[in-house]
Amino acid sequence: MRALTYTSFLGIACLVLEIFNLRKIVVPVVVIALLAILGINFTEWNGSSVSFYNDMLRADNFALAFTGLLIVTAAGLVAMSGSFYDTEETKLADYISVIVFTLCGGIALVSFSNMAMLFIGLEVLSISLYILAGSKRRDIRSNEAAMKYFLMGSFASGILLFGITLVYGATGSFNLAQIALYASGPGVDPIFVVGVIMILIAMLFKVSAVPFHFWAPDVYEGSPSLTTAMMATLSKVAAMAAFYRLFSVSFVNNFSGFAWILSVVAALTMLVGNLTALNQDSFKRMLAFSGIAHAGYMLLAIMSLYQNTANALFFYTVAYTFASLGAFAIGISVMKRRKSEKIEAFNGLGKSNPFQAVALTVFMLSMAGIPPLAGFFAKYYVFFEAIKTQHLAVVIVAVITSAISVYYYFKLILAMWTKDSEETDAPAGAISYIAIAAICLIVTLALGILPSLVPSINQVASK
Amino acid sequence: MTLLNIFADPHISINHYIAVSAMLFTIGVFGVLFRRNAITIFMCIELMLNSVNLLLVAFSTYHHDNSGQVFVFFIMAVAAAEVAVGLAILVTIFRNLHTIDIDELKNLKN
Repeated sequence: MRALTYTSFLGIACLVLEIFNLRKIVVPVVVIALLAILGINFTEWNGSSVSFYNDMLRADNFALAFTGLLIVTAAGLVAMSGSFYDTEETKLADYISVIVFTLCGGIALVSFSNMAMLFIGLEVLSISLYILAGSKRRDIRSNEAAMKYFLMGSFASGILLFGITLVYGATGSFNLAQIALYASGPGVDPIFVVGVIMILIAMLFKVSAVPFHFWAPDVYEGSPSLTTAMMATLSKVAAMAAFYRLFSVSFVNNFSGFAWILSVVAALTMLVGNLTALNQDSFKRMLAFSGIAHAGYMLLAIMSLYQNTANALFFYTVAYTFASLGAFAIGISVMKRRKSEKIEAFNGLGKSNPFQAVALTVFMLSMAGIPPLAGFFAKYYVFFEAIKTQHLAVVIVAVITSAISVYYYFKLILAMWTKDSEETDAPAGAISYIAIAAICLIVTLALGILPSLVPSINQVASK
Repeated sequence: MTLLNIFADPHISINHYIAVSAMLFTIGVFGVLFRRNAITIFMCIELMLNSVNLLLVAFSTYHHDNSGQVFVFFIMAVAAAEVAVGLAILVTIFRNLHTIDIDELKNLKN
């Protein structure tokens, strides 16, 4: 878990660079440092799953794989932040350090083996995101998004803490292994069950699953676009991985009772997410609802908790992250040029910028799950795991809703290719957006053709 | 450990602590849900966190295990950081809107 230590230092180093007035080099330095940390992270791959700091963190393959994904995502976001914040250069280093601290929270979240680390990771991630969501101080919509996110987030943290406390009261430990030992024993205390349900509710809040999703569209719409991209990718993936880790390691034995709750939640999430996305005319809001729907598909993996579900979940998050990050890279560049967040802003992109239009089309098709792309195999693996564990009804809902989702993804594609725009602007946008989009495009296509490129994290299983 | 027999028990037991914390927590939850003033909501969130602290210390003593008390320090530190950010957001809202009533926050379409 050296990656966590180094990223924390990197965040502080950003602020130091600012003091020494080296603002110009902060973006390349941080991106290179993050890629170096990515390399260091994978030197521990397939190790003996060592635990750190009195079993606070555990560096197993699951943790390392998700850490790698989060680092790549953060590097992409930092690379884009240079041109995104071009009007407020004096604050650039601050924003980048907050992004790096968010990454620290994410890493703690995917590699915890103690409830204390789960809580700290979640809070570091959330508090950094509250700051970023409200970072356009003079924009009332950004303020509002930050306030809503803050209230919902700290409310969910309160529920999570009460749940953790009740679990502690029943088991006498915060350690996941000890809790798992207790959960597998005879005679589970009722307060343990209440505690687990409260933790479940808080995690559903964080991943924006359906009864608790109402904050997501407003927060996504109001936040600065780069922060929205971060919430949709980094924060969602980290929360989902933490959710899986928590339930697969510690509560797996009395999971049978929760599987049906989760299956109902997953079905509702997919239905509400996809159906509400149908009549959105804002790009960010549409992606917010699409993100809610994707959370539903990821919940399928958590619900089935089978030998290979960690792999299925990892593949899904990789496919989703790259498609989403690429879509936001192009979306941000277009929205910035046309000064509008509506889907009409994308009219005529096919003529003025064919590469961007092709890339965005591929990302949308991948998210919709069209065969030769990464998103198809992601959905296929997740559905396959769910069928193996006899959750056929939910899979039927998943397939139907994913057919519905094609409609709103095509709305954007049609806007780009068939409609004309009065504006005849040709500028391509900053090179960083195009570069990120190109990388995401390559990954999305490569994983569609060779899905076995994603490493297996199988040996982790559940312990 | 059932909550129902606390009234029959003449001594202060762990159940009393659970009952008090659960009550404080519920007051906090209802405050967050039904109050419209942002400062009051902040205080209700603090109430939720502090009820958790109380319960953690009680369980910590009950189990003769110090880790619960250490967890309380984590919660206090994080709650302080959280409120610092929350109040900063509140100040920016007050500067732009001249009110802290959260019902006025409806610029994003529902």
